[in-house]
Parts: sequence; structure tokens; C-alpha cells
Amino acid sequence: MSAIPKEEYLYKCTSACAGCSSSLCLRYVLKAAGPDTVLVVPACCTSVIQGAYPGTAMGVPVYNIAFAAAAACASGMSNALSTRGKKTNVIVYAGDGGTVDIGIQSLSGAFERGTNFLYICYDNEAYGNTGMQRSGATPLGARTTTTPGGKPTAKKDLDRIVEAHNPPYMATACSAYPLDLYKKVKKALSIEGPKFIHILAPCPPGWRYPTEKTVEIGKLAVKTGTWILYEREFGKLTINGPSKTAMKKPAPLEDYIRGQGRFKNVNPEILDLMRQQVEQNIQRLSREEAGVC
Amino acid sequence: MLTIATGNKAVAAAVKAAKPGVVAAYPITPQTEIVEQIAEYVTDGDLESRYIPVESEHSAMAACIGASAGGVRTFTATSSHGLLYMHEMVHWAAGARLPVVMANVNRALGPGWNTWAEHTDAFSQRDTGWLQVFVATVQEAYDTTLMAFKIAEDERVLLPVMVNLDGFSLSHITQALETVDIGDFLPPYHLPHAVDTENPCVYGPMTFSNDYFKFRWDIERSMRDAKGVIADVEREFAERFGRSYGPTEDYRCEDADVVVVAMGTLGKEAEVAVDLLRDEGIKAGSMRLRWFRPFPDLDLAGREVVVIDRDYSFGFGGVVAHAIRSKTGIEPYSVIAGLGGQEVTYNDIAGFVRDRRPGEEMWFGVSEHV
Repeated sequence: MSAIPKEEYLYKCTSACAGCSSSLCLRYVLKAAGPDTVLVVPACCTSVIQGAYPGTAMGVPVYNIAFAAAAACASGMSNALSTRGKKTNVIVYAGDGGTVDIGIQSLSGAFERGTNFLYICYDNEAYGNTGMQRSGATPLGARTTTTPGGKPTAKKDLDRIVEAHNPPYMATACSAYPLDLYKKVKKALSIEGPKFIHILAPCPPGWRYPTEKTVEIGKLAVKTGTWILYEREFGKLTINGPSKTAMKKPAPLEDYIRGQGRFKNVNPEILDLMRQQVEQNIQRLSREEAGVC
Repeated sequence: MLTIATGNKAVAAAVKAAKPGVVAAYPITPQTEIVEQIAEYVTDGDLESRYIPVESEHSAMAACIGASAGGVRTFTATSSHGLLYMHEMVHWAAGARLPVVMANVNRALGPGWNTWAEHTDAFSQRDTGWLQVFVATVQEAYDTTLMAFKIAEDERVLLPVMVNLDGFSLSHITQALETVDIGDFLPPYHLPHAVDTENPCVYGPMTFSNDYFKFRWDIERSMRDAKGVIADVEREFAERFGRSYGPTEDYRCEDADVVVVAMGTLGKEAEVAVDLLRDEGIKAGSMRLRWFRPFPDLDLAGREVVVIDRDYSFGFGGVVAHAIRSKTGIEPYSVIAGLGGQEVTYNDIAGFVRDRRPGEEMWFGVSEHV
């Protein structure tokens, strides 16, 4: 952690919930990006976390934009700044709803056009800002306010959608591994073109676990293989440290879901399906890394 | 330089002269020719601009917002469903006080599919905080587009401007066009609140009612100031380039007993109708509304008024008739005509005047007086 600069661009006056991992991630994203950065933020938890006018908890310019429009707004911003000869980082910091659902069209368009920017989706697996309604990123079995009986369908595989755009750099990260996230943001910003980082960001009120467990829940997501940390640079996949071990010998899935109220009513049948999904994902990525896919 | 051009090509030529740093483009009939022509300018090196071929109109306006806030002049063009699809961002551009210029080629709305002229698309964006101007000739499309950048970027305004031209009946007709060397008519783009990492600010965060209300009032204050700015810019344009425009284009109105109020190409058609009526001894005049937002001060006192609306607000009436009624106190004869590109000739317009019934509404070719 000694490599991480002491400068803060997310101040200690956010409106984040206790135990919020999204704001923790943002802190490290901005440390990696530095002051010559513009953040483009669609409607999401960060709309609230940044504070209300005329105050702000942010040390870099933040351009708030409508829900579906972040990647398109960033396209314009990136082009404008580069025509003015600026090297400013343009980073979208968007939630999962604004990415996998309502914002996926503008995300796809911006990646297809080769826009020079970094798109970060911090994924708390539901519409957190509006009080935990299901999103396309909500996993199978999870209870939300609009899936009170548990979500009957699987989590949308955002990464494979982004991968289909062949970006020069894409990665997954998790709030429980901030150094890994920091390095990935650094690397992404050193590459020209559209970059993507998908962060799993556990949410205490939404996932229904005690606030002090935020880091632990994130680590369990990785250790059980539910969330796999990897990078894909110019198409080449690298599984990152913690997930290498987890993929060989994943911890029991129950360790991850046991502590979360949103999975309280998962029955053995759903649990079995969840286990199969984890296994399939591990196999798919293992095969790809080994070059046998 | 004297040339000939369609309305669409005239808009594109004006955009080339204005040198926007970013153009976000998405095709839609009958606007497509504008973004095609600009793409050619950029490809051929005649216009040094970033051309962002977005995947939707919502993204077109979002990209213009990002680029305009990022510190460069921006332009986009759309029509009809495209304008409706970007509606959320149309509000956003005005609220963010960004001087985006957009050409809207007025077209009917589905269903059923209809690509011909109608003004309902523009009026659906009436309350967004955009300045709205309607043109009627190829030359006026060119001149007004150029002026739009200057008006929008004036620090007393800093609001986006929508230049409206009728689908096909102006976008695709060919007339003479004199292009100009604009010299320093347009100053370099300067946005006082452009994004600046040396001075990090937050744009559009959560804002509670006290401040929100002040921002809304500030839009209205600028909208009111815009009337003076428009007059200044139109005066300067006339001095530099010899063509003058105003909030309305009045034709034989001075001594008129009855005035036809219309917008876009039907306003031009009305001038021919006026000549016809004058030959019959009817003292008619025509007043073509150019600016619709901010709405101009009109002098119609003591006249009878026939309003032609190429639009309709269902359950209420013609949008222009309503504006005339509320702003002048005159009860006009309200004619609804030209919807979905319905042909309306000067003979038809002369007929509206001859058969006028103040206070009544008539759907041309469809209904009796109601």
C-alpha cells in the first residue's frame, strides 16, 4: 500500500452510507488518476455520495449527467479536451443500473467508437440509490424490493458484453482489494482508447449485512469464486492473484451468501444453480487463460 | 459567394463557417443531409472538427453537453422522433447553461410514419429553456444558423439555440444562397463555466429547492435578456453582411386590417396570399413568427388575426393560436393546417382569410368550423 499516494480527492465529508464500499473504491480510483481528471457521473449512489450544492466532497471536477448518458457525455468531454490539447483523464464512474441496464446503449456506442476514456462500473448489484430495486446485475436468488421472492434469473454478464467490443483494456476488481484496483486504474489510464473496469462493491444496507463486514464480504466473493479478479489486455486474459487460488480451490459458496440477508430465502435448488454458475464461470475463464477455449 | 443549396446544405455550410470543435451526429429523415454534408467537410479537411457518430439522439445531445462543457463549440442536427428521443438531454443542455446549437428539421410524429413537415416536434420542446427560431428560406437557414452560435454563446444568454426548418418544403428545396466570409463575427468559444481541472467544480449535483429555484429564475432572466442580444446580433449581421432579420418578418402589415400569423414556410406562402387578397381589396398583411422562444412582443392591436398552426395541442388548440391569444388578448381565427406535410397553397391561405371567423377553430380539409 506504500505506493498509494497520500493525496485525497474524495474528502471525509461524503454522504455515503456507513460501510459503503463504492465510496472506498472511488477514493482509490481518484488516488490512481490524480488531479488532472474529470469524473462523469450518471444518476447513481455517487450522485448522492459527492454531497449537495453548494458543497462537494470531490477534489476533481465532477460532471453529473442523466442516467443513460454517461458514456456519451464522456465521449463529448474526451473529444473536447483532446482538441484543446489536454491530456486530462475522463473517467465515467457509474453504478450497475446505469451501466448494464439504462446506460448500456451509450456504453456500447462509446466503446465501438474507440472513445479515449475509462468507464468504471461499481456494481452493488441493484439500484442502490433508489433503495435496492433489482437491476440486470442482481444475482440469481437475491432479494430486492422488486424481487421480494428472490431474483428468478441470473446476473447479466456485463463483462462478456464489454469484451465483445474488443477494448484494449478491461478488468474486474473488488472493493476488498484496493491495491489491485489502484494498479488497474493506473494501467488503464496509461492506455489509449476505451478502457473498462468492473468493480464488485458490496453494499451493507442493500445486501443486508453489518457495516463492519464490507471488506470481509468482498473477500468472500473472491474466495468463493463468485467474483473473479482478472485483466484482459489487448485480448489477453490474466487471472489476478487472489482469484488464482480461489479458482483452484474455491471456498464453499455458503460462506459468501450466509452473511447476507438478501440471500436469506435461497432454497437448495437455487443454491445449486448458483453453484453451477460459479463453476461454469471458473471453467470458462480457466480455459480461456490456458488458451483452450 | 453566390451558390445554390438546399435548406439542409445551407445549415451545413453555416456550421462549416462556425467551426465547431465537436459535431455529434445521428441520421434521421429529413435531416440526414446536414450530418452527411458535415461528415464530408470533416473528411475532406474543409472543417477541422471531431465528428462523433453517436448511436442515438439521446447520446448526440449528451455528447454535445460533454463537449460544450469541455470547452468547445458544438453542433448537432435532428428531427421529429430524434428530437423526442433526446428530450431528456434537451432539458439538460439548457439547465447546464450550454450554448449548443441544433438544427431541427421539423417533421411529423408517428404513428403512422410520416416524414413531412409539421411543427409539433419543436413545440414538444417548447418549455425546455432552449431558444427556438423558425426559418423560411435557404438563405435565412444559413444566416440564422450562424447567428445562433453568437446568440447562444453571448454571456448574457448562455442557453442553447434550436434552428427550425420545415422538412422537405425547406430542407430539400433548392434556392440561391450567398455564403459569407464570417471574419471575426463569431468570437472564439469561451464558456465561463467550462470544466477546468485547475479549478475543480462539481456540475449539476443534488440541489435543494432554494438554489434550484434560483437557477430556474436565472434561465428565465437570460431568456428575457436574449431578446436584446438577438436584436444586437441581427443588427450586427445586417451591418456586416447586408441581410436583416427580426423577431418577426412582417409583410404589408402597416395598414392591414387582417394579419395572417404563421411560422416557417407557410409564413412565406402567406405573403403570396396577402398580395392576392390586396388585389381583391382586402387589406391583408402577414406576420411570420421567427423567434418563438423567447416569444417576441407583437403589435397586432386593432387587427383581426388569422393564425395558421402546423401543430396541435390535443384537448386545447393550436400552440401558436394559444400564444397569440395569451400575449395579445386578440381572439384569432385559428386554422390548423399542414399537419403531416399536408399541402397548403397561397390560394388556400387566401381562403382562410376570406372565410375567417374570429374565435373559431378550423381543421383545414378535415373538419367544419368548431
